[in-house]
Amino acid sequence: MNDFIAARSQMALSLGFHIVFSCIGMVMPFFMAVSHYYWLRTGNVMYRNVTKAWSKGVAIFFATGAVSGTVLSFELGLLWPEFMEHAGPIFGMPFSLEGTAFFIEAIALGFYLYGWDHFNKWFHWFTGVVVGISGLVSGILVVAANAWMNSPAGFDYVNGQYLHIDPIKAMFNDAWFSQALHMCLAAFAATGFAVAGVHALMILRGSHKAFHTKAFKIAAVFATVAAVLQPLSGDISAKSVAKRQPAKLAAMEAHFQTERRAALIVGGIPDVPNKTVNYAIKIPGLLSFMAYDDFNAEVKGLDQVKPEDQPPVAITHYAFQVMVGLGMLMLAIAVLYFITLWKKRQWLEKTWLLKLFVLATPAGFLAVEAGWTVTEVGRQPWIINGIMRTADAVTPMPGIAYSFYLFTGVYVSLALIVTFMLYRQIRMVGKLYDLSPVDVAPAF
Amino acid sequence: MLYVVIVFLWTSILLYLLLGGADFGAGIIELFTSKHNQDNTRKTMYRAIGPIWEANHMWLIIAIVILFVGFPEIYTTMSIYLHIPLVIMLMGIIARGTAFSFRNYDAVVDDMQLIYNRIFRYASCVTPFFLGIIAGSAVAGRIDTHATNFLDAYVFSWLHWFSVAIGLFTVAICGFLAAVYLIGETDNEKDRQRFIAKARTSNILAVIAGALVFVAAWVEHIPLIQWVFGNVVGITAIGLASLSLLLLWYLLYHGKTKILRILAGFQVTMILLTTTYRHFPNIVLLKGGAYLSLLDNAGNAKTMAALGWALLLGSVFILPALFYLIYSFQKKKSSVAH
Ligand code: HDD
Ligand code: HEM
Ligand code: HEM
Repeated sequence: MNDFIAARSQMALSLGFHIVFSCIGMVMPFFMAVSHYYWLRTGNVMYRNVTKAWSKGVAIFFATGAVSGTVLSFELGLLWPEFMEHAGPIFGMPFSLEGTAFFIEAIALGFYLYGWDHFNKWFHWFTGVVVGISGLVSGILVVAANAWMNSPAGFDYVNGQYLHIDPIKAMFNDAWFSQALHMCLAAFAATGFAVAGVHALMILRGSHKAFHTKAFKIAAVFATVAAVLQPLSGDISAKSVAKRQPAKLAAMEAHFQTERRAALIVGGIPDVPNKTVNYAIKIPGLLSFMAYDDFNAEVKGLDQVKPEDQPPVAITHYAFQVMVGLGMLMLAIAVLYFITLWKKRQWLEKTWLLKLFVLATPAGFLAVEAGWTVTEVGRQPWIINGIMRTADAVTPMPGIAYSFYLFTGVYVSLALIVTFMLYRQIRMVGKLYDLSPVDVAPAF
Repeated sequence: MLYVVIVFLWTSILLYLLLGGADFGAGIIELFTSKHNQDNTRKTMYRAIGPIWEANHMWLIIAIVILFVGFPEIYTTMSIYLHIPLVIMLMGIIARGTAFSFRNYDAVVDDMQLIYNRIFRYASCVTPFFLGIIAGSAVAGRIDTHATNFLDAYVFSWLHWFSVAIGLFTVAICGFLAAVYLIGETDNEKDRQRFIAKARTSNILAVIAGALVFVAAWVEHIPLIQWVFGNVVGITAIGLASLSLLLLWYLLYHGKTKILRILAGFQVTMILLTTTYRHFPNIVLLKGGAYLSLLDNAGNAKTMAALGWALLLGSVFILPALFYLIYSFQKKKSSVAH
């Protein structure tokens, strides 16, 4: 494995790992806050138990998210020093604000986890809400930094020099809004479906139904609302990509020839040498419409991009199909669930609905990973779109492959341990949270 | 604004050393505690740092972000030539952070705890050791940006007696900070005596390791003596630190926890002040006499202004909340313990 590929793989691995924990860290506090609110309002102990069970999980995820994030902030320099040397001062603004957001999050979490029965109960509840809000803010900020890589702004690039730097303009680049909106919704959909799926499985197994039903309902509402909004926001993203990164859009759609009335290509296997897509469903005009709100608009194809500036088509296309496909699946489940809530209450008694949720447990996270693959691979060969090539940014140190193996080993083991812990957490629900009304705060 | 940013950078490093250091130290103390008492140490530690544990480690992130936004050349030079110790330190951070939360939040308490504990303790030693190596390497003047082979560029940049001695010194200081801190956190006299003994041992070890640093500097031809004693601030700071050491030993026998803590913090502050003062503004010394400076290698004025404001704004939110967090749990503890 050469150093460049190793560095990219290590970056992708670390980010792919971190994103799972950060999504959970951003969203679970809101679930907890809702359940906690019900407990304070209704005094139903079950809600308090759900809140506590979740908060233990969150503590585990939070720590894992925090260490993997710490690793990332070093890795940016360890792997991409040339990039950071120039980009740091330009896109650093969101990172420095993010530092504040993380800090507040960590402090609020301290209050929340250790503050049961020691503060005014609404103050305690409020610190939980603060954890969620600051997590969300940090997610938005970090995505704004990534958006800058797609849509560089806030400086003039003159003869290889980065002049007239304006970090505020860099932060509010053209891509930040569409990406941040899409990411936040994705975090809610992904975490929501994952949590709802696990609780649905437990209901189906018939264990501690009352407990799991309450938990399921809270997670399912967040998941389904986000799943309905997600395609709308995806459309905003697609339009934004069409404007700022036509090469990425072309790769996503495996759109080889520039044309008017461009077809939307669903599925299929791109044949790059022959510039066609086999076995695909083509819907004429729809791509033009999605990108420009006009069935007859011209959509740039890969033929307009110099060969050395083209992103890998097959990966980007497949990843995009996976994301949209999973998005549609989640949308369908969401619609069914709304019908159930409004019109067909009796469906709640049927197991097929719960089974669908179980099936969709990993869907959101798979879509998140696929979506990031679209964004990152679709930006290649650039690390700063149109300005700096990824290959020029990589560290001069040889032997990165070994570091990649090391990180792979560590992250795989961590993933296994966290899964194992979560499994134990769920198995212990009966003992710890279901029936006993006694306090089960973390040992203090 | 440049100076505001530099003050924040220095303060975050100091706070990481003090708070994060005490946190590492608790793991180190646990490692060097007899089997019989390990559990007790562990519980005391959890009670003492549980709520602020996450926050303690945020100082490192703040320092890194300041470096890569404000002083990108310093950040990237260190990232390139100190890649290996940085990766080892990161492994330590991952292992320690996750083991800490696993052992406290695992729903089932069984033999897995032994594994979590072991990982936690060893990682608590390795991480500050490599932090020390990295800090030592920054000023040792061995980073060679013109090296042509792997060993010179990526290994001998950090592997030398001076940085190893600083690594040991850092570990000893962390242990010392933790022991002093824990003295005031116990709920019984026996543990108290234990931590007092630990504080003594680790203090002696820190002094020995400090002497080793001077020896190593001499071996490696690093003019450490001149850096420390060549200016008034250095002499004063070291003098004060030594004086306070006497007071500290006196108090250790008389058990005034609050003052002890302040003294220990004061000593570490003085050490950091001495070592950084003489260097300022050159914080990374390269082979052949070149250096990277906080003043000359800083980012452009607009970036520094934005960074400075972000930090000031951040502290308006963070500091009161952090103090309130620490205050409430101190109060809570005293109401539980007494
Ligand atoms: C639950 C996850 C999820 C779901 C269901 C979808 N997406 Fe997505 N998508 C993401 C999760 C995601 C993501 C991981 O969050 C990305 C990566 C970067 C970003 O900002 O969001 C993303 C990126 C992304 C991009 C590239 C943005 C860029 O590079 O700036 C486009 C064009 C879309 N999405 C479009 C869609 C469409 C049309 C969907 C229709 C169903 C869709 N996404 C569903
Ligand atoms: C602030 C957010 C992010 C930043 C600053 C960032 C930065 C980078 C950098 C510097 C690289 C290496 C250069 C390259 O190959 O493109 C990279 C690669 C990559 N990142 Fe991101 N990234 C971010 C978010 C993410 C997230 C959350 C994921 C989630 C999965 C991700 C997935 C990837 C992938 C898959 C690659 C490899 C691309 C390839 O091999 O072609 N990125 N990213
Ligand atoms: C280059 C990319 C990234 C870097 C350098 C980075 C850095 C960090 C750091 C240092 C932390 C630890 C903070 C703490 O101790 O609380 C962290 C946690 C977190 N990160 Fe990232 N991050 C990156 C990508 C992302 C992305 C793409 C997202 C989300 C969309 C994200 C969202 C979060 C959140 C919400 C947390 C809080 C942890 C939790 O609540 O579990 N990060 N990140």
